[in-house]
Amino acid sequence: MKVGSACLLSACSLAERLVAVLSAGNVEGYVHSVETGGAVDGPGLRFVVFLSGCHLRCLYCHNPDTWHMKDAKKTDVGHLLNEINLYAHYLKRTGGGVTATGGEPLSQPDFVAALFQGCKALGLHTALDTNGYLGENASQALLDATDLVMLDIKDFRPEPYKKLTGVELAPTLRFAERLSEMGKTTWLRYVLVPGYTDDLNSITELAAYAAKLKMAKVEVLPFHKMGEPKWEAMKLPYVLKDTQPPSAELVSHVKEIFVSHGLKTV
Amino acid sequence: MDRVVAAVEDKDVKFVGPEFAGHTWKREINVRDFIQNNVTPYFGDEAFLAPATKRSLSLWDTVSKLMAEERAKKGTLDMDTEIIATITSHNPGYIKKDDEQIVGLQTDKPLKRALMVFGGIKIAEKACEAYGYKVSPKVHDIFTHYRKTHNDGVFDGYTDAIRKARSAHILTGLPDGYGRGRIIGDYRRVALYGIDRLVEDRKIQAATLEHNINEETIRLREELAEQIRALGELKQMAASYGFDISKPAQNAKEAVQWTYFGYLAAVKEQNGAAMSLGRVSTFLDIYIERDIKAGILTEEEAQEMIDHFVMKLRMVRFARTPEYNNLFSGDPVWVTESIGGMGVDGRTLVTKTSFRFLHTLTNLGPAPEPNLTVLWSERLPEAFKKYCAHMSITTSSIQYENDDLMRAYWGDDYGIACCVSAMRIGKQMQFFGARANLAKALLYAINGGRDENSGKQIGPSFTPITADVLSYDEVMPRFDQMMTYLAGVYMDALNVIHYMHDKYCYERIEMALHDRDILRTMACGIAGLSIAADSLSAIKYAKVKVQRDERGLAVGFDIEGEFPCYGNNDDRVDSIAVDLVERFMKKLKNLKTYRNAMPTQSILTITSNVVYGKNTGSTPDGRKAGEPFAPGANPMHGRDKKGALASLSSVAKLPYEYSQDGISNTFSIIPGALGKTNHGRKDNLAGLIDGYFQSGGHHLNVNVFDRETLLDAMDHPEKYPQLTIRVSGYAVNFIKLTREQQLDVVNRTFHHNV
Repeated sequence: MKVGSACLLSACSLAERLVAVLSAGNVEGYVHSVETGGAVDGPGLRFVVFLSGCHLRCLYCHNPDTWHMKDAKKTDVGHLLNEINLYAHYLKRTGGGVTATGGEPLSQPDFVAALFQGCKALGLHTALDTNGYLGENASQALLDATDLVMLDIKDFRPEPYKKLTGVELAPTLRFAERLSEMGKTTWLRYVLVPGYTDDLNSITELAAYAAKLKMAKVEVLPFHKMGEPKWEAMKLPYVLKDTQPPSAELVSHVKEIFVSHGLKTV
Repeated sequence: MDRVVAAVEDKDVKFVGPEFAGHTWKREINVRDFIQNNVTPYFGDEAFLAPATKRSLSLWDTVSKLMAEERAKKGTLDMDTEIIATITSHNPGYIKKDDEQIVGLQTDKPLKRALMVFGGIKIAEKACEAYGYKVSPKVHDIFTHYRKTHNDGVFDGYTDAIRKARSAHILTGLPDGYGRGRIIGDYRRVALYGIDRLVEDRKIQAATLEHNINEETIRLREELAEQIRALGELKQMAASYGFDISKPAQNAKEAVQWTYFGYLAAVKEQNGAAMSLGRVSTFLDIYIERDIKAGILTEEEAQEMIDHFVMKLRMVRFARTPEYNNLFSGDPVWVTESIGGMGVDGRTLVTKTSFRFLHTLTNLGPAPEPNLTVLWSERLPEAFKKYCAHMSITTSSIQYENDDLMRAYWGDDYGIACCVSAMRIGKQMQFFGARANLAKALLYAINGGRDENSGKQIGPSFTPITADVLSYDEVMPRFDQMMTYLAGVYMDALNVIHYMHDKYCYERIEMALHDRDILRTMACGIAGLSIAADSLSAIKYAKVKVQRDERGLAVGFDIEGEFPCYGNNDDRVDSIAVDLVERFMKKLKNLKTYRNAMPTQSILTITSNVVYGKNTGSTPDGRKAGEPFAPGANPMHGRDKKGALASLSSVAKLPYEYSQDGISNTFSIIPGALGKTNHGRKDNLAGLIDGYFQSGGHHLNVNVFDRETLLDAMDHPEKYPQLTIRVSGYAVNFIKLTREQQLDVVNRTFHHNV
């Protein structure tokens, strides 16, 4: 006696039907992998889609295997939506949904737009986890189908930002301001790396900026080395070999800076 | 329904207990009717709960010290080698008499293991010898020369084919060398009715058996006589502790004490593999609620009673052999208590005492016993769901079973025996049957019935497969034939075992607390489901080349290409697993069973997945000879690559209809992966359980910890005396597992994302 299977079956065909009405048609994208459950990339339980392709080369990247788009499998959005729909009953009852991350999801904006439009048709919450560098790629249609943007600002100082990521900071800030103007719910994500992003003055400036843009929440993510084996496997030099995760005191101090600017942290 | 009526109007009714609503249960033995008429569902949260009293903490401290001493003595504190255990064999025993609110021990001293010989004298002697004790010559003499045991009987009955299958380990863990257990007496009847009424009921039932005296009625008459005798002894045992339980319990404390005496009588006499408690918490809540309302009981006192009761349940011990411990590691008793669930009328059966039972994990710390089992429904009160999730996150001591699924089969007064076996309390029992090794059967299909380890002809002598590359179309029909053989020899073994167990080691007190006419199930089981499914998937979707040894036996497999693995929500292989479950069950259904028991099947291994793996050669899925199987219905560790929800979804596809003895799934997740805040974690875990059961999943063990904790506990056991983990269908003290079992647990999939 499968309590839910009947409704799942009927909803499956719904997913197929909705692909037909998606504005961009059945778009194909490069999907590195999916995780059928996540609870740390947005609210509730989430289906996490890792899209491949990224312009940044962050020194601490924990998914360097998602940098190159063509390394991944080509998947059409209808197929992916069908798969997501198998888990809709888990996602909905916890206020969860679908998170697009990567890689950098905005390197495949049409695919993300189609994916999120499909998710909205399935009644699922959508979250875009982005570094903002390709913010100009995000169409109005994509953002209309996005419930939450988790914007990763790696550093608030242009020069260190470039050293850490290989690209300019300005496009990310332009995107942040655009999101603020349109009143889009945005969380700031800040990876705290000792020796790189632990400058308290610039963190204070970032906090003031986030408060001005009325960001809904700030997640301070302590640096970890879970990505290191992947760098080794890809025979790439891992510069942060000797860098240690930040101390609990430093993490809570940084959180306090954000809180003192009236921001919520987790 | 008039809830205030207490006076009994029907002149035939003989009920003389305290005032409670309802009529039917006063006329006949019917605990469910009592509960339905008097339960007070509770929708609030845990804020009302009381902390442990000083007396409870001091008592628990004494018990903890005894348990530490027990661990220091290789797991056994003391053993009886003289007195043959019966309900009345021992003088009263106490921990600290003045502090104990609920009394009664199995023997005259705490944690002293009784000598139970009716299952088999050799086994009892082996258990003693393993810990440096020796059974007295007198007892040895009696049970060697004058009195036959269950074990002796079984081996008189076993056929040549059964012996072969057993020694080759295609059948393993059969209850022929230990007590079958998995029978739940309705211990609540002792409190609700008192012994005299239960005896009288038995006598009336016996009186209807005056005619048609044939084998069946003779057996029933003898059983009823034994049951009446056992009830008398139960009354006598309680009297030795200073309680007269001939009449119904008059208040909450008596209700807890009377119920415990019933259970205690069972564990004094029967060393069953699982000695489960049933579904007592909501029953007891009715008395507690009444006394609190009447102002004669406080919340502190109520919690203290439950704490002391649970302390006693944590102290149940049996003498067991090393072989038993290899199968069921960590000294488990399966004092399973089923908590919560919904009534068929839509009201919840969650009460404040459901909370009080779980709260013992806070007051006394985490523990594997009693085996706290939450009967989960989508419609359980939200506050209770969150509290359960909270307790799972902080203690990893709870298992969940799908009440919405089982209620349709077993009503709303069933309990779980052992790990996952549902049965209507007092109306149903099972003949426990361990399990058959499906992965080995697949190897027999390839090797023409010869065992891959010994080379002996064990199964029927089919032509072996001689091709270098295995073909699905060639393997599957032979596997099907081999399964037919396996089902047959398996059922033969179980019929012998249960015939003899009834004859030589009858559970008289447990059966005295059942209806006379009950449903019996023949609880078969399978091990190695994920191995067999993945192997067939490899054969079908990849290229599997056979390595044969000089005897011509397939002993290794080379796999070229990729194949879908069970645990990724991929129908190509999940459908194979479903097919195997249905196929084997259909074969079992065709067979004649002892006492016309209804055949059922479980997908559960307990910790025997390690032993089964050890005795099974390399398999076509790439598993090497001797490596453990996945536990229960779990996907093989490391092969479920798409995250937790995909893994759960594969298991949820296995059909309960064809596996009514339960489908066990053990789930481990690191705390951080459940969410970033405590509140979020509770919601996410509750949502995950809701989702799994909505998909048709049957059982979920939830572990929330990280691998590092376990590794540290392996090296520094003294730091983790109460570290409790859920394994297949039960919980254990991690540090009590053998090193091999510990490694198996450490190697399992830990979900880093939900």
